[in-house]
Amino acid sequence: MTESSALPVEPSPAPLLSAEDLARVVDRIAHQLIEKAGPDLAGLVLVGIPTRGAPLARRLAARIEAFSGVQVDVGTVDITLYRDDLRLRGVRALEDTRLPETGIDGRLVVLVDDVLFSGRSVRAALDALRDLGRPRAVQLAVLVDRGHRELPIRADYVGKNVPTSRSQSVKVRLAEVDGADSVTVTQ
Amino acid sequence: MKRHLLEAADLDRDDATLVLDTAAQIESALAGREVKKLPTLRGRTVVNLFYEDSTRTRISFELAAKRLSADVINFSAKGSSVSKGESLKDTALTLEAMGSDAIVVRHGASGAPHRLAQWVQGSVVNAGDGTHEHPTQALLDAYTIRQRLGRLDGIRVVVVGDVLHSRVARSNVWLLATLGAEVTLVAPPTLLPVGVGSWPVQVGYDLDAVLPKADVVMMLRVQAERMNASFFPSAREYSRRYGLDGRRMGALPDDAIVMHPGPMNRGMEIAAVVADSARSTIVDQVGNGVSVRMAVLYLLLGGASASE
Repeated sequence: MTESSALPVEPSPAPLLSAEDLARVVDRIAHQLIEKAGPDLAGLVLVGIPTRGAPLARRLAARIEAFSGVQVDVGTVDITLYRDDLRLRGVRALEDTRLPETGIDGRLVVLVDDVLFSGRSVRAALDALRDLGRPRAVQLAVLVDRGHRELPIRADYVGKNVPTSRSQSVKVRLAEVDGADSVTVTQ
Repeated sequence: MKRHLLEAADLDRDDATLVLDTAAQIESALAGREVKKLPTLRGRTVVNLFYEDSTRTRISFELAAKRLSADVINFSAKGSSVSKGESLKDTALTLEAMGSDAIVVRHGASGAPHRLAQWVQGSVVNAGDGTHEHPTQALLDAYTIRQRLGRLDGIRVVVVGDVLHSRVARSNVWLLATLGAEVTLVAPPTLLPVGVGSWPVQVGYDLDAVLPKADVVMMLRVQAERMNASFFPSAREYSRRYGLDGRRMGALPDDAIVMHPGPMNRGMEIAAVVADSARSTIVDQVGNGVSVRMAVLYLLLGGASASE
């Protein structure tokens, strides 16, 4: 889930992660995935949660291939129709759901998202996965963990732990969506 | 998007595109799944209020609501208190008192959904009113065209037949014009409504003249049950001048498609060889109807409602 502020971030405060930092963090998570998956790596599926989890999953897959030569499958799963807060806001537009042709049954699925906050997006994604198949196991990779969980959910791979207050907003920008890479924290 | 979907003109270009995009996302989200169900409208109640007979529209709306986990109540006028003389308003208020969030209504009187929308708190979806409109049919037709031809902007659509009595034609004319398609109506002069000159369409009387340039041919059903007067001399003559047979289909451009809202009168407005050909999208239209109606229900009921 992305904490988006309505206004453009400008003038931008010093970013928490610059474009180079972000690339390093993605590389590190890719290495950790390779190490932890071991022989399972070829059967791994990286499933991004739109909007920004989707390009993150693709980047991770590209780095994994660069480091290990193994091509892992990538998908996206839109969680909008599974959210528990639909009635709290206006209706939202849907995003892509795309899974590998071979499906996710019996495979190791790693959910990928940009920011881990309340954990409700992840819960919605778990519900969506349950309707899509029966993975052997599901893990979670996030770029930023900012705390304040409202559900018993934790990430298996964390790019950066960022202590925040609830009133702050963590904004992840990715070139594919926003034109440039950065992570910033604003009040 | 507005709270109700009463006519195609309720949708501007952005809204209409949003419905089509949402339908496409829902279709791809459900493709190849064993569990074709989403939890989105859990706890919401959708009433299908049908004062006229219907097979595909009612079943399509029912399936759409059920796939979104809404509770569905099917109400048909036959066998209900309507036969004891209960009015539309009282029936609607009764249903709402039982907690309905949306009413999908089909009624023989043009404008009945508009009246209904003034009486109830929830959303009203027009599933066909008299000879007025049938907006979800137009949406699924637009969706089908976009699916087969890749776009709607600049697509040439020929609508053939009983335009006068056709709510499908009316909704399609407005929606397709909103989405940038060019619509030509072809019908016997007796089956064109008064005032067709103010519609965003061209009118022709010669089917053979327009077929070679058509991307889409939409055949309308000859509505025998609405015909008290004689609008054309005989069924054979109608079929010869305005029916789509194999020869006429041969005059169409290579990738043109043939549509029909159903139910078909095979041999009357459309020949069996055409209805069963690869150009025919008639079966696709039925399947797409469920996705499009899911999108409409989601967009009307998925967010915070006015009463909350």
